Amino acid sequence: MTLIQLTGVNKHFGDYHALRDIDLEIQQGEFFSLLGPSGCGKTTLLRTIAGFEDVGTGAIRIDGRDMKGVGPNLRPTNMVFQSYAIFPHLSVAENVGFGLRRADMTREEKTRAVGQALEMVGLGGYGARAANALSGGQRQRVALARALILEPKVLLLDEPLSALDKKIREQMQVELIKLQREVGITFILVTHDQEEALVMSDRIAVMFDGGIGQMDDPETLYRRPKSKRVAEFIGMMNFLDGEVTQTGARIEVKVQGLGRCTVESEQAPGGVAPGPVGIGIRPETLSLLFEGETTTRKQVDAVVDEVVYYGDMTYYDMRVAGIDKPLTLSMKNLIGRPVLDVGTETRVAWDERSLVLLGR
Amino acid sequence: MKGLKVYAIAYLLFLYAPIFLLPMFAFNDADIIAFPLSGFTTHWFEELTRNAALQAAVRNSLIIAASTAVLSTILGICAARAATMADWPLKRPMMGLIMLPLVLPEIIVAVSLLVVIVQVFGLGLSNTTIIAAHTLICMPFSIAVLNGAFQNLDPALEEAALDLGESRWSAFRLVILPLVMPGIISSLLISFTISLDEFIIAFFLSGANPTMPVYIWGLLRFPGQLPVVMAMGTILVALSIVLLTIAEIMRRRGLKRAGLKDTGGFL
Amino acid sequence: MFRKRLTDSGRRGLILVSPPFLYGVLLLAVPLATVLLFSFWTQDYLTIDTSFTFANYSEALADPLYMQLLRGSLLIAGAVTVATVLLAFPIAYFVSFHVQPSRKSLWLFLITIPFWTSYLIRVFLWKVILGYNGVLNSSLTGLGLIDEPLSFILYNANAVVITLAHAFAPFAILPIFVALEKIDRSLLEASLDLGETRLTTFLRVTLPLAMPGVVAAVLIVFIPTIGDYVTPRLVGGPDGLMIANMIQTQFLKLNNAPMGATLAILAMLSVTAVSLAFIWLNRRWLRGPR
Repeated sequence: MTLIQLTGVNKHFGDYHALRDIDLEIQQGEFFSLLGPSGCGKTTLLRTIAGFEDVGTGAIRIDGRDMKGVGPNLRPTNMVFQSYAIFPHLSVAENVGFGLRRADMTREEKTRAVGQALEMVGLGGYGARAANALSGGQRQRVALARALILEPKVLLLDEPLSALDKKIREQMQVELIKLQREVGITFILVTHDQEEALVMSDRIAVMFDGGIGQMDDPETLYRRPKSKRVAEFIGMMNFLDGEVTQTGARIEVKVQGLGRCTVESEQAPGGVAPGPVGIGIRPETLSLLFEGETTTRKQVDAVVDEVVYYGDMTYYDMRVAGIDKPLTLSMKNLIGRPVLDVGTETRVAWDERSLVLLGR
Repeated sequence: MKGLKVYAIAYLLFLYAPIFLLPMFAFNDADIIAFPLSGFTTHWFEELTRNAALQAAVRNSLIIAASTAVLSTILGICAARAATMADWPLKRPMMGLIMLPLVLPEIIVAVSLLVVIVQVFGLGLSNTTIIAAHTLICMPFSIAVLNGAFQNLDPALEEAALDLGESRWSAFRLVILPLVMPGIISSLLISFTISLDEFIIAFFLSGANPTMPVYIWGLLRFPGQLPVVMAMGTILVALSIVLLTIAEIMRRRGLKRAGLKDTGGFL
Repeated sequence: MFRKRLTDSGRRGLILVSPPFLYGVLLLAVPLATVLLFSFWTQDYLTIDTSFTFANYSEALADPLYMQLLRGSLLIAGAVTVATVLLAFPIAYFVSFHVQPSRKSLWLFLITIPFWTSYLIRVFLWKVILGYNGVLNSSLTGLGLIDEPLSFILYNANAVVITLAHAFAPFAILPIFVALEKIDRSLLEASLDLGETRLTTFLRVTLPLAMPGVVAAVLIVFIPTIGDYVTPRLVGGPDGLMIANMIQTQFLKLNNAPMGATLAILAMLSVTAVSLAFIWLNRRWLRGPR
């Protein structure tokens, strides 16, 4: 069921075009992420859904209702702010119960609801604490409980994890996913961290310059980016020049340094036309052939140009005849596998199925 | 470093010299204000309680100071809150006019108001005219104090309250007001203190009922009354120190409440 | 166009600022404009002649008494400003650089307290301190440091300078302190690291960066000083009188509001001129704020 529907949303701040022609549908119960670099409009989009910014043109419908002129206090959305916005003059329980002031509930019911909400986020027994005395992770949980206690149709999260340390951030990612499954509420997450978006979301909209560059589930987004810009933003990718010689169900393409290849049409998610084209290839789909190893995959001669050792992985930059930039590839450091020295002559194995033809 | 510290202490002595002298003469058993001191007495304080004219002046000043404090704080809240909002056309010149009395010689404020009230409108001078003028000069101080309180507020706090179902007004009442309350109290106290002590404007604009400084000014010409003035001054200094200490404590509490580090005085 | 650019938040700001702004217009801008208007009118006993004339200005500018007062006031205000700022700078520097952060606000509090205590009484007490038989003279003679009381410290410009330097102390200290606090301490370490001594670091780094505060202090002391008439009257003696005393006399004693207004405008113009000249000089020669 479609819960949120944005059609033709545009927004200007003075001369600055903050949102361009946003069309978007988000399903009931979905974990949806808005991903993009800073200034791409993702936070503005979230704030128009929350009701803090008016839309210039276009419409936002939540649960079938047009939100035009409906203030943030009257929308079925609640927000977890980037700064958490925990009221510093109130206790934890008073913060969590803040939105229940107008609710038609007895004092006991409210106390019980606050208690349950705190249990839900793992802060049972913290109710009497001063909000100022909390750690970053705890403030985040209070903000979550405070928003969820009102049982909104949509929970909006504005970079909720960006202020946390790496360890707590990763722990909170897992907890947020669990929580979302538990309550079944639609979550919309704004983040600039591609890994976070990939880990947590059912679907991701990648935004650039106020517009949506691509909207897909994490796997499709990673494996089949439509444009070089999306590919660059998500994960690491090698970019090669190529030329399409034949289109159709199977596409013939000549790739710099790798030669003539045939790929499936689904490997060109952004569409394809005869002529020059950008080719993307992920480092982990390439592999080095160590001494004595053989493969049935295609191979090309290469020289190790640079080695970066990461512990579990080693990244190699490989010089290949006919390619101006070195190809980057990553190898898992399995038992018995050496780390090669710079200058070692070897072969790189690759596969036609891992090529992506990138649109403009 | 050592030299600087000695200088700093000497400078504080210079600042406090008149204030140390004040109680000495207030409790001194002599009609003239001069050394050597001639003995301890509380006579001048008793005299103070018998001086009806002085008491009337004090009462007058208290009324003026209290009204000024309330008015200038209310106007100051409006301006300080507005200053935290997004820009509107002519924001800077508008705020500039409001803050102008801070750098304007007081006599200019005094004569310009005198001209308008008496010569143009033909109105009489009264406590109201002094309150109006004092509110004008206290407003920038209120704004300076309140600016700190409002600018330290995370704008997301108001949005959070709106998001949780409150209207703009109830968000202000439930979230912003409690958080800026220490600032409001220190604004009230500072305006009160300025108005209570202000002489130049009050001298031009007071009607039949003088304020306390205006009355004291009159007494300064009669040396016989001066020890009473000293007694009165002693009480005032003590009162000011108490009020300002409360204001300072409030300011610090406000910072603490907002979870911020102390960065300096209230100006 | 104008209206379209106004954001929701800006519109609420405009509404909120209206009451204080209108108050400022009604009680400050309108009266100031009226004073300006009055200065072009003339008064004969109780009737005001509203025909536009420069008569007041030519009279004021031709009268050596007025001009002497104006010149004297500017000189005294200048001397007060120099004395106050020079005395204040080391204190601001001391509190900013040599006081522990946790105790800074206590120091600032101590510095501001005397300022909030009765102005009239404070000025009067300076008269007591500086007088012929005053505290200073009697202690100095008592200690045998001088044979007879010093007479150059009361009822002249010196007394006015000392008293006002006392009255405006916090106004000078606070802006300089704020400017010094903003200086990133690593800049000073960088300067030492690059071979400067402590003294040259102070001259080449600290002082230029503190200039905005010094400029603010100068203006905030200089401008109101011109308008003071209590201190000159109480401790100034005949040559310590200032233009504000004459403005007061014109308005309250001679009942010549147009001449009072003219003198007020002239005083404001000269203050503004001196202030602008100072800012300009500072930008040009002292590499102050741009």
